[in-house]
Amino acid sequence: MDPVLTSHIREPNGHTLEAYLRRGGYSGLRKALSLPPGEVIEMVKASGLRGRGGAGFPTGMKWQFVPKDSPKPKYLCCNADESEPGTFKDHVLMERNPHLLLEGCAIGCHAIGAKVAYIYIRGEFYHVQRVLEAAIEEARAAGFLGRDILGSGFDCEIYVHRGAGAYEAGEESALLESLEGKRAQPRIRPPFPAVVGLYGCPTAINNVETLCNVPLILTHGPEWFASLGPEKNGGPKLYCISGHVEKPGVYEASMHVTLRELIYGYAGGIRGGRALKAVITGGSSTPVILPGQIDAQASFDGLLKAGSMLGSAAIIVMDDTTCMVWLAENLLHFYRHESCGKCTPCREGTDWLLKILHRIEAGDGSMRDIDLLLSVSRNIGGKTLCPFGDAAIAPVVSTIQHFRHEYEAHVREGRCTCPAEWREMGNRGPGARA
Amino acid sequence: MTFHPEMRYEEGLHVSRRERRDEGEPFAFTPENRQRLEAIASHYPPEHRRSAVIPALYLVQDQQGYVTASAIRHVASVIGCTEAEVDDVVTYYAMFFRKPVGRYVIQVCRTLSCALRGAERVAAELKRALGVEVGQTDPTGTFTLMEMECLGACDRAPVVMVNNELWHECQSPDQVGAMLDGLREKGPAALTGCHLEVEKKRGPAGP
Repeated sequence: MDPVLTSHIREPNGHTLEAYLRRGGYSGLRKALSLPPGEVIEMVKASGLRGRGGAGFPTGMKWQFVPKDSPKPKYLCCNADESEPGTFKDHVLMERNPHLLLEGCAIGCHAIGAKVAYIYIRGEFYHVQRVLEAAIEEARAAGFLGRDILGSGFDCEIYVHRGAGAYEAGEESALLESLEGKRAQPRIRPPFPAVVGLYGCPTAINNVETLCNVPLILTHGPEWFASLGPEKNGGPKLYCISGHVEKPGVYEASMHVTLRELIYGYAGGIRGGRALKAVITGGSSTPVILPGQIDAQASFDGLLKAGSMLGSAAIIVMDDTTCMVWLAENLLHFYRHESCGKCTPCREGTDWLLKILHRIEAGDGSMRDIDLLLSVSRNIGGKTLCPFGDAAIAPVVSTIQHFRHEYEAHVREGRCTCPAEWREMGNRGPGARA
Repeated sequence: MTFHPEMRYEEGLHVSRRERRDEGEPFAFTPENRQRLEAIASHYPPEHRRSAVIPALYLVQDQQGYVTASAIRHVASVIGCTEAEVDDVVTYYAMFFRKPVGRYVIQVCRTLSCALRGAERVAAELKRALGVEVGQTDPTGTFTLMEMECLGACDRAPVVMVNNELWHECQSPDQVGAMLDGLREKGPAALTGCHLEVEKKRGPAGP
């Protein structure tokens, strides 16, 4: 498949309005404004576009849940808090093709009847915020944003809101809390944000890549979009490949592609020709899978069948030098740090998991600790307000499931079983291109 | 008096672990920063000015480097919310500093993708070169070393962020000294910047 979302990212100054208009930009918005909002939603529904943030929920349906007759103002929030470990696709889209996102936001606002969209960007993306704000100025000056857009009588403003370093703000209800100037902690649902969202008003929340796909659907039609991928997994998809591969990066493909093609084709294979040990398929919150499963289709449904998830399509590749206990410890350090502290099982449980993993990795663990890890995990999974709890236990449970022998070897030998020369290199492996 | 023979009162039970906040110099926004804040606050409905708390705290850090108790009081009065509400935000988000920091705050990404490519060694080299532990400032007050969680530039691992805004990509452990010297001599211009700036300098090098 020829790239659609990223076809122009190498072009110098490809992020400017002039370049975007040359590529036929804002024709999707023009088309959308000529249609009633209901028809725009029908088109998005017909395309089968699924949310690219992680859950894969149909976007058209999400928009339809926003009540049409509410007397309150409605809001569109774009989730640009790209914090899932291993994910860096939205960064590229916003930096290289900001007008595509703005066009998607404006179409979304038209579809749900909102006049204001907020792009919630993570605090670390300061340079991206400047790119977006410059693009908003350009678009407003050219009449694609602001009052009476393209003479249709439709008003729309887009603002960029910068977060301040909280992974949890990527969870939709926590994002709204953060946008309201509070701690990013999830809300109890129902009511869902579509009904009671930002400032208590109906709100649609979509990922950057999701909104970037919307103008394409309007321009090329829902049938074209659906035909790009397998059934129910239509459209182009960005994959972020990182870790022990020769060419880490963002690659665009149709969801027909398999993990093997992505790792060995697009990303150039494992660094130094080593053997593959394990793959994380959709960001650190998805279970680790084994080399035997990499012929699975890298689509929402294909990876579910393989026992993992597409998530944010962040593929982290580990070669045979990687210690799996170290991996779980590294990720639990992340989850312990980022747990928002609202639900006790997650706040306390991630701390305990990290402590236990740390002592196993340091060689002070016992065989009972391995079952203790599973027991603590069982008391976190499904017992929290947001999916963070389930995400935090995924690396622990899946590494114990597939690599229990490594945990046992750590306990038996009283040390990390990774060869000392790899450990001394600090990155647990030779040949790192650091 | 004690209820449990092994747990005495004075040892921790009744001692608040809460950090005492640095009162700092009396704080007020400069007229320019106040104006910038009002421009940002106009993005939100007037009855929801509290949305501007995070931008206001960034302006505090721009102005004096870190967030003090008197700055929290000032932000609360300017936004029109309680001090506790501002304090809640300051203590939650990782990018607000509650203690004085050096001129350059170096944050090393330590999460999996960077760790697989040698971030542990980068952090170790920085500790050695600066003679500090994570969270400390070097004696000259130039550098503060911190660790952070996934920065979202995993294809350019290991990545380092300076002063919450500037990125430095593909930081190899043996080039740590060069980065520090560059910062001392040339300032932020010594950093590679984000993907786009890197490519402007070096030409396209992979997606």
